[in-house]
Amino acid sequence: MHKSIEEINRKIRDGSVRVVTAEEMPLIVEELGDEGALKEVDVVTTGTFGAMCSSGAFVNFGHADPPIRMERVWLNDVEAYGGIAAVDAYIGATQQSTTLEDEYGGAHVIEDFISGKSVEMRAISRGTDCYPRRTITTELLLENLNEAIMCNPRNGYQRYNAASNSTDRTLHTYMGMLLPNCGNITYSGSGLLNPISNDPQFRMIGSGVPIFLGGATGMIVGQGTQHSPASGFGTLMVTGDMKAMSGEYIRAATMKGYGVTLYVGLGVPIPITDLDMVRRTAVRDEDIEVDIIDYGVPQRSRPTLGRVNYAELKSGYIEIGGEEIRTSSLSSFRRARQVAQELKLWIETGKMEMLLPARPIDPAKAAQPMRETVQGPRVLDIMDTRVISILETEEIATAAKKLLKGETNHLPVLDDGGRLVGIVTTYDISKAVVNPAKGSRVMDIMKRKVVTTVPDEAVDIAVQKLELHNISALPVVDQERRVIGMLTAMNLGKLFGGRWLK
Amino acid sequence: MKLIVTFSRKAGKKPIIAQVVRDTGILINVERAMIDSSEGEALIDIPDESCTLVKERLADLGASVRVLEAGIFLDESECVDCGACITVCPQEVFWFDDDWKLQMDESKCVLCGRCIEICPHRALSQTSES
Repeated sequence: MHKSIEEINRKIRDGSVRVVTAEEMPLIVEELGDEGALKEVDVVTTGTFGAMCSSGAFVNFGHADPPIRMERVWLNDVEAYGGIAAVDAYIGATQQSTTLEDEYGGAHVIEDFISGKSVEMRAISRGTDCYPRRTITTELLLENLNEAIMCNPRNGYQRYNAASNSTDRTLHTYMGMLLPNCGNITYSGSGLLNPISNDPQFRMIGSGVPIFLGGATGMIVGQGTQHSPASGFGTLMVTGDMKAMSGEYIRAATMKGYGVTLYVGLGVPIPITDLDMVRRTAVRDEDIEVDIIDYGVPQRSRPTLGRVNYAELKSGYIEIGGEEIRTSSLSSFRRARQVAQELKLWIETGKMEMLLPARPIDPAKAAQPMRETVQGPRVLDIMDTRVISILETEEIATAAKKLLKGETNHLPVLDDGGRLVGIVTTYDISKAVVNPAKGSRVMDIMKRKVVTTVPDEAVDIAVQKLELHNISALPVVDQERRVIGMLTAMNLGKLFGGRWLK
Repeated sequence: MKLIVTFSRKAGKKPIIAQVVRDTGILINVERAMIDSSEGEALIDIPDESCTLVKERLADLGASVRVLEAGIFLDESECVDCGACITVCPQEVFWFDDDWKLQMDESKCVLCGRCIEICPHRALSQTSES
């Protein structure tokens, strides 16, 4: 049996269409079987509501008198991209205010426009013969804009890896606050309600397909940026009229320590034309798996702590290595449900009809990492290879002499095998002089917990360590913990004026 | 019941909470404490029925005691039920009900402030004690 789109649309027009949400579909298929479900269900609606950083809107302000060719534009002090014609701009969700930083950003401008608030627009220009004006400041409402077209380059991730943190410090990430020692797991996405998870072959999801976007009727432009369905991470580029959107489904947010983002409500209707679509939309939370990624490791490929499915993530607890770890979402399943419900209502009442993709989306594409032609500076490029160290068994007075002679403030301490076991600073020596009771040898006063770096670590990561621990030097160690260099605040000076800043 | 106990350490470092536990036999749970060289403040949790007795004994030992009235306030118009607050809370104040709506038990809150800090939608705030 096969159902055509025309047949489904006829049913939408005569009011006999049967629409269910992707949450209801697995049960229906279980009860009626594949054939029964195909006869019964015409459209399955999906929904998701979560942080979608890659979002924004094109706005057109209309011409001023005298006219201006805006080169730089700010909306409530948030810079919008002005490099497109005279009075067009693109306001990106994650752009932060020049005055309020992460308290306010592009996402808030979008939310303020949608909720009917007035937004101050400022722009500057060089002035030309045809556009003589050089500055402008005005208050604008959404209705004063000719167009406000939301166009989000990457929305609706098929799924998203869960996050945890194995280090001993709290991390603030775009996946929320990650407690030390894997104290929690955060995740995002609506699981069985997710649009692409219900059509991973992109048979019904493609260019031109009508969708729910922020409470308004929108459209799929095509594949999203970084689209990588080969590994289960497909994305969509979507568009919709901001003037018809609702504050219920477009919300600005700030992830502490990361920055501004936009919560977007997105839903795609999936026409059920054949048995394959029945089976695809019967997907359950148990079928959608993701990795738990350790955000404690500052590299592109972060290690995986385990693999879980959305049913486990949604249960509130996950067991890793015999320990129960609490999970919590960052996206809202409640609002994702509302999106799917509202979309269902739209179709039942004839507000939206089905369309097949005008242009298909590649279901097998894999995104590539960045090609880097110039490697950033590594620790070995700027470290001091002249290392003055001391043995843990030596006298404090010897350490003091070495520090003076070596004109350094940090002395790595070695055991008799030459391995790093501690560090003493001029401050430690001064303390030892004031309070001699602790002992007379270096091992009595040294700090045993030494923060170190390795030769091929990126300088940016080493700098983060210095800042985080509020220290001014890092011993550079090899695999045997032998000290092969020192990285101090002074070495960082080499970065300025050197070849790294070309 | 939660009490806020403030004490000065100028008179010496007396273990007043331990003293009250020993004298009364009431188990006091210290949920949060900030103590520096001159003064200290502790948030303690005690069984409701022992409130008067504990307050009196602490006062006798020179501490000032008041019942914690402040709490956490959830602005439902800002909250989108994302759940970012759930696992950062050390007291398990927040959870989802069967409809994935955020629920909270304010009485468990010890005002650590973490959820206020991280709420992506600025939906949480501390209610004043007045």
